[in-house]
Amino acid sequence: MPHDHDQHDHDHHDNDLDEMTALTRALETVLVEKGLVDPAAVDAIIETYSNDVGPRNGASVVARAWTDPVFADFLATDATAAIASMGFTGRQGEHMRALFNGAGVHNLVVCTLCSCYPWTVLGLPPVWYKSPPYRSRSVRDPRGVLAEFGTVLPEETEIRVWDSTAELRYLVIPERPAGTEGWDAERLAALVSRDAMIGTALADAP
Amino acid sequence: MNGPHDLGGRMGFGPIAPEADEPLFHAEWEARALGIVLCCGALGYWTIDESRHARESIAPADYLRFSYYRIWLTALIELLQRHGELTARELVDGHALTPGKRPEKCLHTQDVAGVLSKGSPTRRMVEVAPRLGIGARVRVRNLQPTGHIRVPGYLRGHVGVIESLCGAHVFPDSNAVHQGEQPQHLYTVAFDGAQVWGQGEGVSIRADLWESYLEAV
Repeated sequence: MPHDHDQHDHDHHDNDLDEMTALTRALETVLVEKGLVDPAAVDAIIETYSNDVGPRNGASVVARAWTDPVFADFLATDATAAIASMGFTGRQGEHMRALFNGAGVHNLVVCTLCSCYPWTVLGLPPVWYKSPPYRSRSVRDPRGVLAEFGTVLPEETEIRVWDSTAELRYLVIPERPAGTEGWDAERLAALVSRDAMIGTALADAP
Repeated sequence: MNGPHDLGGRMGFGPIAPEADEPLFHAEWEARALGIVLCCGALGYWTIDESRHARESIAPADYLRFSYYRIWLTALIELLQRHGELTARELVDGHALTPGKRPEKCLHTQDVAGVLSKGSPTRRMVEVAPRLGIGARVRVRNLQPTGHIRVPGYLRGHVGVIESLCGAHVFPDSNAVHQGEQPQHLYTVAFDGAQVWGQGEGVSIRADLWESYLEAV
């Protein structure tokens, strides 16, 4: 099978795009002919995760928790219901738990066994989250992993690593950055990156 | 199973190297693969546990070199063949030789939003009370089945403390092999990182573990 890598010279952990394109096309064609897959439904799924479900959902949850103490309590006691109250429900977010960073505690989420990730609030996981380097090291050397992301915490900060072994999905609630007093939730949400909600980063400084 | 997927604590994989401004998909086929996998899940032949087990059963050398969407697609092909909806010949030809068995289950566009926003909750109500309580010290049993299990190898034999009760959830080990949901109580257990790894102060690890994975100490 011919390989043409010229148009894919960036690093993306895959070296067989042409073969995979052909295989995926063949599989989809067979399944469509069998009446088992509707290509328009495939389009709709791609559309959903490209446009509607992504880390801006999670950022809005975090920003609301920063500005609304009643909601923050709700999120701490029943994250699934609190997040559902903002309209975020469904696949890979059926059972949610919010992990609040605070004085002396930093949370980091991983799935060492596969790629469990809170899709409803963060969308689809980045490649690094699903790849062996992160999955192998984050439980054993979380400080080294955080340093690789440029996140250096005080030595006395406890790092809590959450290995997503069951169907609970974890959303890290980073600490609200200093200098944001009086900001509304929408403005604050812009400071909350995907990585801050995985725990590899802190919320951005204003 | 002691498969290639059980990566916690393995060494030698190099830097994480997060990609700046990473696109959602690195090629069109990845996007199609995502959609096809979710559509095929709706056919109802397998559970998330069976599909995870299919992925971790990929030959170790392949699992470690494949991109994640390739892992998904490889496992999907195995699942479709296992459940009689695809043959190797059809895949090579790129055309169906027989009609599908469950076209009535085909996920259509108008149902996509509903299916995705509903998900598949695994919490179940059970009569039996949890055997373990918050604060209990527990040891992770030395379970090494050839089938599916959700105990990371690095926690086997280690002692932790139950931090929260999560209610009863579908038991993946049985559900993966069509032996029913057999829901069990699930616990969040906290472990001391230095005890698990023999080094590293100020690190704790939490995992969600089913009751039969644990024994009181």
